[in-house]
Amino acid sequence: MHEPSRAQRQYLLHKKREKQLITVSRVFLFLFFLGIWELSADRGWIDSFIFGSPSIIGETFVMMCKEQGLFSHIGITLAETLISFLLVVVLGVGAAVVLWAFPRLSRVLEPYLVVLNSLPKSALAPLLIVWLGANMQTIIVAGMSVAIFGSIINLYTGFCEIDPEKRKLVATLGGGKKDELFKIVLPSSIPLLLSVMKVNIGLCLVGVIIGEFIGARKGLGYLIIYGSQTFKLSWMLTAIIILCVIAMVLYGVLSMVEKRYLKKI
Amino acid sequence: MKPLLEVKDVCLSYHTLSGETPALSHISFDLMPGEFLAIVGPSGCGKSTLLNLICGLLTAEQGSILMDGVPVTRGNARIGYMLQKDYLLEWRSIYKNVLLGLEIRHELTPEKLSYIEEMLTAYGLDKFRNARPSQLSGGMRQRAALIRTLALKPDLLLLDEPFSALDYQTRLHVSDDIGRILSKAHKPAILVTHDISEAISMADRVVILSRRPATVQRIVPIDLGLTARTPLASRNAPGFKTYFNLIWKELNKNA
Repeated sequence: MHEPSRAQRQYLLHKKREKQLITVSRVFLFLFFLGIWELSADRGWIDSFIFGSPSIIGETFVMMCKEQGLFSHIGITLAETLISFLLVVVLGVGAAVVLWAFPRLSRVLEPYLVVLNSLPKSALAPLLIVWLGANMQTIIVAGMSVAIFGSIINLYTGFCEIDPEKRKLVATLGGGKKDELFKIVLPSSIPLLLSVMKVNIGLCLVGVIIGEFIGARKGLGYLIIYGSQTFKLSWMLTAIIILCVIAMVLYGVLSMVEKRYLKKI
Repeated sequence: MKPLLEVKDVCLSYHTLSGETPALSHISFDLMPGEFLAIVGPSGCGKSTLLNLICGLLTAEQGSILMDGVPVTRGNARIGYMLQKDYLLEWRSIYKNVLLGLEIRHELTPEKLSYIEEMLTAYGLDKFRNARPSQLSGGMRQRAALIRTLALKPDLLLLDEPFSALDYQTRLHVSDDIGRILSKAHKPAILVTHDISEAISMADRVVILSRRPATVQRIVPIDLGLTARTPLASRNAPGFKTYFNLIWKELNKNA
């Protein structure tokens, strides 16, 4: 390898600077927001009882860890989200494969899927509580209900968009529908599956929180509702901020997996 | 000598809700063992449809297609098919790509695998076995696709404009390559193309199809008087131009 030219070095330096600037700006914006929040609560520009402040939330967080078993609440919500997410992935892929394998069935079911997908799933939660009882199972189903229909539709549409010539390739090599599925459709849909998963992890979290709002004695959704009913706004804000962090981490992990995979191929 | 493939009085129509369009009308021709046949015709005349019929992906509404006297069926291992593009799978290495057909047919035998090794070496892809398809040039990709097809040791090769996606220069090289490979193996082949030069330079006989509904307008035997007939040499042969004009005129007769 010979030395990169001056112009190339300058270009690389410029790109690096640009990236650093973006990162610094992001951190600065976050700190600036926290600072303004703290300051206005401190000076009484906003009512810290209603709007909280970073220091109040910090104190509440420590208090809840000690006295309320905050981590078990976080654990419950996280577990429910992950279980419903895994079920959505497995059932979503399974259903999409069945629809793909039986085009007639998919044509029959299409309008039902569209209706179920456009239905606001939060409307189902109270019904699920009545049907399945106020337990973890119900909340997992609530989490799934938000994500499952969209996943099926997205995956199935992706399966159908695969170049028919690639399917013909399998046929000319003497393969059948099973070979099409395992040699072409599934492997070429992995990027699609990863992007569907990235969206769904957030949707499952939404569904789980809705479920916890109305039928739970544990979890972050329960803490938010409990906080609102007993007017402990700092509890609510703390729980919401923890939700933000959870959503960010889950999305980040899947994004990383996706990036890794796309780099590999 | 008995023909390897007989296409007898084949008819097929396309069906849509708005009506029926006759595509192929009473098509008949033979292919002798070891022969290279080219099919030319105006675009949209049903050339590719004809290949789909020959390899059994479609069934004729009338007439029959026999290979060694037996009607062809879908998934016939004796017939290899090269599509218009290479369709190498991006998530597989070149080696894994050429194995695709054997995997599908569950024929990953030591004998077949060593045949693949031979071909990879012979066609200069040995060093690229672990490369991804995107790292290869168009010509190399097309050769990898050819190995994938030949791995099943077909008795007849169908080529559906396999060079049309390549740029002109690569196209000449690849058709030269593939022509040489096929004539060395004495593989009978049917090449569908709309490129008259390509047809003359590679084929023993050229079947000219008419506009839709396609009929066999004329069959022209090609004899350029060459001993070593590579496609590039054929293009420079004295008789080449005469054939070109002849076929050109035929194609434009009912335009």
